[in-house]
This record gives sequence, C-alpha cells and structure tokens, in this order.
Amino acid sequence: MNMTISINGADTALPDDPRVSLLDLLREHLHLSGTKKGCNQGACGACTVLVDGEERILSCLALAVQYQGRAITSIEGLADGDGLHPLQQAFIEHDGFQCGYCTPGQICSAIGMAAELRRGVPSYVTADLAAGAIAPDPDELRERMSGNLCRCGAYNGIVAAVSEHLGEAP
Amino acid sequence: MTPFTFARAADAADAVRLAAVPDASYLGGGTNLVDLMRETLARPAALVDVTGLARGIEERPDGSLLIGAAAKNTAVAEHHAVRERYPLLSRAIVAGASAQIRNMATVGGNLLQRTRCSYFYDDDGARCNKRVPGQGCDAIDGFNRNHAILGASGACVATHPSDMCVALAALDAVVHLQGAQGRRTLALTELHRLPEDRPELDTLLAPGELITAIELPALPFATRSAYRKVRDRSSYAFALVSVAAALDIDQGVVCDVRLALGGVAHKPWRARVAEDALKGRPATPDNFRAAAAAELAAAAPLRDNAFKIALAQRTIVAVLDSLTGGQP
Repeated sequence: MNMTISINGADTALPDDPRVSLLDLLREHLHLSGTKKGCNQGACGACTVLVDGEERILSCLALAVQYQGRAITSIEGLADGDGLHPLQQAFIEHDGFQCGYCTPGQICSAIGMAAELRRGVPSYVTADLAAGAIAPDPDELRERMSGNLCRCGAYNGIVAAVSEHLGEAP
Repeated sequence: MTPFTFARAADAADAVRLAAVPDASYLGGGTNLVDLMRETLARPAALVDVTGLARGIEERPDGSLLIGAAAKNTAVAEHHAVRERYPLLSRAIVAGASAQIRNMATVGGNLLQRTRCSYFYDDDGARCNKRVPGQGCDAIDGFNRNHAILGASGACVATHPSDMCVALAALDAVVHLQGAQGRRTLALTELHRLPEDRPELDTLLAPGELITAIELPALPFATRSAYRKVRDRSSYAFALVSVAAALDIDQGVVCDVRLALGGVAHKPWRARVAEDALKGRPATPDNFRAAAAAELAAAAPLRDNAFKIALAQRTIVAVLDSLTGGQP
C-alpha cells in the first residue's frame, strides 16, 4: 500500500501511529507551523486546510491516515515563492487581521468557500435553493465563514478582503 | 487518545468483517468521534474507516432517493434532487456545524454522533450517566438551559444535536443497515432512543451493525417545506429549538403535514401529536397554535429551560405560517 500523502505538492510518508492528526502531522512532524492549533476540537477553524485543492476541512479533527493518497494544501502552499497569493495580499490591504493567529485558517477557508460558491452550494442564508450561482454578498460571506473565529474581531477587514478577492476572481 | 488499530473498509461486507472484533468503531469523517477519542470519552481498540463506502445519491423510479451513508453532508445539501424535492433537508444540513465540518462529516456519521451535553465532556468535574453508567447526572440540577424538555428521564437530559436528523425524522427516512446477521431497515425515528434508565445507549443498533444508506421515500408535498433553527448566536451553534416541517394544503385545509423538532429531546422529536391535531383542519394560526400547544403539553422543563416550551410553540407556528404563504 502506498502510505503517502501529498503536502503542498510533496509526497510525504504518513506517520506509523494512526492517532496523529493531520494538524499534528503538519506542525509537529513536518514543521509547517503556518496551520494553527486553536481549540483542537473543531470549534475555531484556525486549523483549516484544503483537500485536493479546494475542499476546506479541519485538520484537527482529521486523522492523517484517513487522507492517504490525497493532496493537502496548507497556507505554506498558497504563495508562489515570495509572491503572495492574491487573497493573502488582500488581507494585508484590508487589515484582515490583528494578531494573525486565525489568518491562515481564514484564508484557506475563503478559498474553499469560493469553490463552494462556484458550485452553487447553498448556505443557511441563501434565499433561493434553486439558484445556480450565489452572489457572495456580505451576509453570505459571514454565514459561510462562521466556522472561522477571529477573537481580535477583525471581521470587517476579513469580509472586505474576501469580497475584493471574490470580485476579482470568483 | 488510547491506541487503536486502523483499517480501511473496501465495501460494506468488508467493514462488517473488520469490525467483528472487541471495541471496534466505524469511522466516518471523524468530526465527533475523533474529538471524543482525544478526550478519551471514546476508546475504541479498532477503527474501521468507512468513508470509502457507497456515497452515491440515487434517484429511484418510485420517486424515492437513496443516499449512500458515506455521502458527505455538503454533497447531500447541494444535490439537485434534495434541493428541489426535499428542501427542508438541504436547509437543515446547512444549518448545522460549519462548512468545514459539513465537508468532512458523512451522513452515516451524522446519524451516529453522540447525544451529548457539556457535562458529558467534563469528566474531571461532573457526573454523567452517559459517560459512566449509574454515576448520576449533574445536568439535571445544574446549568441546563440547553437541555431536553421532552422525553427526558431522571438519568439523562441531553439533547441530540443533529439538524439533518430532524429533517430526516419529518421525512419518514428509512435507515439501511448491514451486520453480521444480515441486512435490515429501520425507520429513522426508531434508530435513536430516549434515555430512560440506559442513557449510555443512543441508538438501537446491534453491536457491529453498519449504516449503509438512508432512503427518503417519495413525498411530493415536501417541496413545500422548511427548516428553522433558533440558537444563541446566528451561526455555528447547536439549536435551542429547531423545527422541520412540510405542509400539504388544499382549499385552505391541511391535507397532510410533517413536523419534527430538534434541540428538545434525546432524539429527533417527531411531533405526531401536533400532526394529528392539524390534519383535516383549516390551516389557520389559531389551529397552528393549538397543535403546537398540544405537542408541548407533555414538556417537563428543568430550572433553566422552561423558555424552550414557548419558543418551540412559537417556532412551530412561525414555520407553518411561512408554509401557507400564497395558498388560497
């Protein structure tokens, strides 16, 4: 069996111990400390990463072994060398953070959300379930990003950064 | 976490075989089980990963829908047939948890998340009959604003946290099971149990039994349906009260109705008393109020949660009202 997982494009051996979470694989085994451990119980979203490019999940509740053969993208995998991902740049321009601890999760989550909007996945505030494309207005963004807490309260800047990014590249 | 062995099941029969060892658990998306294992509230010796099992959503000729148990919550909520024919299910799913968790969580796992309350997690400071059978329950005389008002017992007052299951209860969903003794089906409303004196048991599944699919029977009037969730913050919180409803009206009279409540009991609460009170009667606010009051007549509030009785009644009335819009 091919016991590897792709992390930011690099095939990586899975840990022998199935108890290792995807979050601990990233942070403790691979020393990719961009993905943050907030609550470690699925309540804060700081550990959000992307699976196969655009599916956002919580790495704290994922056993790494369950993602054998899958491609994981963490915040370290978004920039192009020293060139920031456009959404990273938008967070800077719109003051989308203060302490920055939730930011990697916010950014990965927003990229996953963009894919969900393109697919027309409904949210709790979507008025028309039959709608094929959903406009990313602030109510939709706030509902869809509710799994990512920011205890600094930088939500207005986060919504502005994500809105600008979606406006440019929906 | 205590150590465990890990195996990935190729199909349902393989999963049942792999789980035929002591203290085995099936693992879906892990959004509840991994958390419970980290807290050592669950200590399986063997995990059988069933996320690779059937996850298709099949539209069958008789108008029913068969959802593979490994389908992710998001996949069900966004499926065109669910959105068109069972909108209350789509709405209930997206009312639950967060987008990340809905992307991970499977349908089978959603059904089998533990019925639980905060005292269940507090193994340093609180007694819990669900965690340690016979120990006692500190929630009954504790901070119990979130707890059950219907069907609770002196042993447990926790509520079932699923939103999806409330819609499934209203839809008469059928759970397909496979175990060492073969296959069987069970009504969703019969899958979960009330706590009585055995609150450590959330469901009536036999040991090693696996959920393979959820069947939604045809229900044409479910196109007129809704799910409303009332909670302490507007997103990413468990329900204080939730209501799933579908309404069939002709000439202003209720021909048929489905009604289920979340956040009020140890299991998804099918409101059959209210349904019986509504059928054949004019679809008026007065009748909605009377039916809601009849359903909640059996409520037994605790110190902090009496507000849920009125809240549940008002939410039922509001949801039914919203479904009468535009009807002559």
